[in-house]
Amino acid sequence: MSEQIVSEQITVVVNGASVVVPIGATIAVAMALAGVPCRRSASGEPRGPLCAMGICFECRARIDGVPHRRSCQTLCSAGMQVSTDD
Amino acid sequence: MSSGNFDVVIVGAGIVGAACAEECSRVGLRVAVVDQDAIGGGATAAGMGHIVTMDDSEAQFSLTRYSQTLWQELRPELPQDVEYEQCGTIWVAADDDEMKEVFRKRAYYSHRGVPVEVLNSAELERLEPNLRKGMAGGLLVPEDAVLYPPCAARFLIERAQSHGAKLNLGTAVVKVGGGEVRLADGTLFATRTIVNAAGTWAKTLTPGISVKKRKGHLVITDRCPGFVRHQLVELGYLKSAHSVSADSVAFNVQPRQTGQLLIGSSRQYGSETQDVDSEILSRMVECAQHYLPSLANASAIRVWTGFRAATPDKLPLIGPWPPDSTVYLATGHEGLGITTSLGTAKLLAAQLTGGPPEIPAEPYLPLRMETLEHAHV
Amino acid sequence: MIRVGKQFDVLVVGAGPAGLAAAACASEQGARVGIVDDNPQLGGQIWRTGLGDVGAELADWSRRLISGGVEILSGARVFDGPRPDIVRAETDQGLLAIGYRKLVLATGARERFLPFPRWTLPNVMGAGALQAFVKSGFPIAGKRVVVAGTGPLLLAVAAYLRGKGAEIAMICEQASRASLATFSLSLLGHRQKIAQGLSLRKELAGVPFRTSCWPIAAAGNGVLKAVLISKGANFQKIDCDFLACGFHLVPNTELPALLGCRLRDGFVEVDRLQQTSMPGVYCAGEPTGIGGVELSVVEGQVAGLAAVGREDAAERLFGEGRKLRKFAHALERAFALRPELKSTCLPETIVCRCEDVTYARLKPYSSWRAAKLQSRCGMGPCQGRVCGPATEFLFGWAQDSVRPPVFPTRIESLVVSASEAEQPIVH
Repeated sequence: MSEQIVSEQITVVVNGASVVVPIGATIAVAMALAGVPCRRSASGEPRGPLCAMGICFECRARIDGVPHRRSCQTLCSAGMQVSTDD
Repeated sequence: MSSGNFDVVIVGAGIVGAACAEECSRVGLRVAVVDQDAIGGGATAAGMGHIVTMDDSEAQFSLTRYSQTLWQELRPELPQDVEYEQCGTIWVAADDDEMKEVFRKRAYYSHRGVPVEVLNSAELERLEPNLRKGMAGGLLVPEDAVLYPPCAARFLIERAQSHGAKLNLGTAVVKVGGGEVRLADGTLFATRTIVNAAGTWAKTLTPGISVKKRKGHLVITDRCPGFVRHQLVELGYLKSAHSVSADSVAFNVQPRQTGQLLIGSSRQYGSETQDVDSEILSRMVECAQHYLPSLANASAIRVWTGFRAATPDKLPLIGPWPPDSTVYLATGHEGLGITTSLGTAKLLAAQLTGGPPEIPAEPYLPLRMETLEHAHV
Repeated sequence: MIRVGKQFDVLVVGAGPAGLAAAACASEQGARVGIVDDNPQLGGQIWRTGLGDVGAELADWSRRLISGGVEILSGARVFDGPRPDIVRAETDQGLLAIGYRKLVLATGARERFLPFPRWTLPNVMGAGALQAFVKSGFPIAGKRVVVAGTGPLLLAVAAYLRGKGAEIAMICEQASRASLATFSLSLLGHRQKIAQGLSLRKELAGVPFRTSCWPIAAAGNGVLKAVLISKGANFQKIDCDFLACGFHLVPNTELPALLGCRLRDGFVEVDRLQQTSMPGVYCAGEPTGIGGVELSVVEGQVAGLAAVGREDAAERLFGEGRKLRKFAHALERAFALRPELKSTCLPETIVCRCEDVTYARLKPYSSWRAAKLQSRCGMGPCQGRVCGPATEFLFGWAQDSVRPPVFPTRIESLVVSASEAEQPIVH
C-alpha cells in the first residue's frame, strides 16, 4: 500500500467565509481558493495577483485589521481574518 | 528666432500663470505662456490643492475669499480630472485655548459673510470619528474645497488657448525684461508686458524680488475611503505658517476623491535640495498620528517635497515691478497659490487693462516691498 | 511596536542567489554578517521553496549561512537608507534600524509586464509569478495554462507547472525561431545549460511551442477564460484558466539609486569587485545586469569577499564571471522585444493598473513626468514598478528620480525613533 503524505492544513477566514489551506500557503492563495478577487480597481474591475512577489499591489487586502497588506507575501496563520475592499 | 508680438508673455505655467493666461486672453489680450517644464510642474504639482478662506490678515482674507467664490463659480465647468470637491475645512481645536480661537474665527468670518459653524466635542467626533477622542471642538467652513492642481492648471491653460493664447513648454527661460522674454534655444518673445509667475524661480528671472523658498513635505496614502471627510487643519497651523525662521510642522490632512489621504504640512527655510528630510518628515507624521491615531497603519505610498514662494509679509506680489516698466509680478503665494490663483488673475488683468479691481489691489503691490525694507533699516 | 537596533560588519539586502552567496562568503571570512529579505523564506524568486522541497543549491548556501553565523532577518522590507551606515526596514510587527559598515545590495529583478487588451483579468499573471503562486500553495493540477512572453524562464515555468499537474496548452515565445537558433548555438560551451535544456525538452515533450507568437488579448467575464495569440497575420483563440505571461526581467535598482549608486543604461554601475559608485556599497546579481542564476551566484561571492577585504579570493572568480556574462549578453540579444509588442494596446487598454489609466490617455505625453502629473499614472502603490517599464517600452519615457520610501510602508514607520537619530545600538 503506497503512503500518502497529506500536508497539514489550517483555516483562515476570507470575507467571513472559512477557507482551508495547507500550512505555508499565502493569503493570496487563500483568497483564490475562496473564489474572491483580491480587490476592485479604481474603475471597479476585479483584480487578482499579477507579480506574486510584493511589487504590483494587486493582491492587497485587509489582514487582521491592517489594511493594504501584500497578501502574496503574507503566510496564512490559523484564524487570520481577511477582508477585501472594505 | 522671433516669436510673434504679444500683449502679455507669462513666464510660468503653474496654477498662477495658467489662471493669469486664462483671464488675460479672455479679456482680449494677446497672450503667450512659457515654462521650462510641464504644465503645473513646480509648487502646483507638489502642493495640496486646498481652496481655503484664511483670516490671517484683512488682505489675506480679502484675496482668499474673493478667489474662493471665483472657484465656486467656475466649478460647473471643471472637468472630472480636476477632482473639485467642496468637502469644507474643519479647523480642529485640541484644547480650550484653541476653542477660544475657534470662537474668534467664527466672529471674524461671520462678520464678513463667510458661512461657518462651531462644532463642540461631540459634534466634531460625529463628523470626524477618526480624530483622537477628547478634542475640544472645531470650526467648520463648509464652502472651502479641494482639487487636483496639475489638472486644474491644464484646464486653465486649455481655456487660454481656446481664446488664442500660445503655449511654449520645455525650454528654459534665460532672460526676462525690457519687453523681451528670451529662451535658451534663442526664441525671443517681444511683448508689451511680461508677467513673472515663476514661483520659486521668480527671483532668478527678476533679481531683487523678495521671495524665498519655503520647503514642504507631503505624504500620500493608499485608499482609505471615508477615513476623513473634510480637510482637517490644526489651529496651530497659523503659528507654523507665521514663523519666519524656524522649521515647523503642523497637522493638515486632506481626503482625495480616490479615498487617498494627503498628509502635511511642514515648512523650512534654507533647504535648497529636493531631498526628503527624514527628521522633519518624522515630526510631521508624528503630528498627524497625534490627531488621527489610526492613521498609523495606513500605507504611505509616496513622500515628496516642494518649494513654496514665500514673501516677508505673507502676501503675494501682484502688480508692476518698479525697476522695469515692462515687468509685472504674480508670485510669492506661499501656501495659498491654488486658492488665490483666480483672484490674482483678475487683479492682474485689471491692472493691465486699466479696469477697476474687484477688491483693493494695494496690499499686494510689489511696490510695498520697498517700504517694508526701509522699515527694517 | 518593537524597535530594534542591529549592527553588522556586512549587511546583505536580498536573500536570493546573489545575496546568499555574498552573505555566506563574507561570514566565512569571520565578519559579522546580517541578511535581510522581505519574503518569509530564503531563496528570493528563483530559489523560492514555498510548500515544496528545498532545492539542493538553496540547501547548500543555507547551510553555509548558518555555519557562518549569519543573522537572518526575514519578512523585513528595506525602505530607506537615511544615513550612509543605516538602513530602515519594516516588518509586520514593527521597524528595524540596521547599522552596517559595508552593504551588499542583492535586490534582484522583477518581471516586465507589457499591457495588452484585458490583461487585467484575474488569472493573468507573470510567468515566474504563476510558478511562485503555485509554490505558495495554489493547486494548479487539472488547470489549463498558456505560458507566454519571452525568455528561458518560460520553459522552466512550463515544466514546473506541468510537473504539478497543469495542462500546458501552449508556450508562446515572442522571439523568432532564428533568434532562438542563434541562442542555442551560444549554449555550446555551457555544459550545465545544455544539460538543463535537454532536461527541459524531456519534461515538455508534447507541449506545443510556438515562436514569433505573443498574446494579443485576454478574454473572460470577470476572470480569464481564453487568450488570443498572434499567429502570423491571424490570431488563434486558446481556452485556458491561467495565462502566465512575462517579458524578461527588469532590475530592482530603486534601493541602490536611493542610496546614491550611479546607474548606467538602467543598471547599477559596478567595478570588477562589484563595488558601486558609493564607497562601501556593493551590488551583485540582476541589478547589475540581467544574467541568470549562475552569474548572480558568482557576483554574490565576489561582492561578499570584496566587502571583507578578500579581493584576492574574489579575483579567482573573475574568469567564470566573464564567461557567464557572455551568455547573459547572448540571452539579451536573442530575446530582445520585438516592436510589434508596442502595437498590441487598444486605446482603452489599461496601462497603469493602480490608477486605471488607459493607453489613449497616456499617448499624447512626451515625458513620464508630464503623463504622471496629468493622469496619475505611476502614482499608485506599485510606484511605477509595473507601468514604468511598460511605458518605457511603449513610449520611450525615461523614469523619475527615486525618493524614500522605496516601497509603500506604514505611516508609523516614517517616524524616526530617538535611538536612531543618534547611534544604532551595538550588540
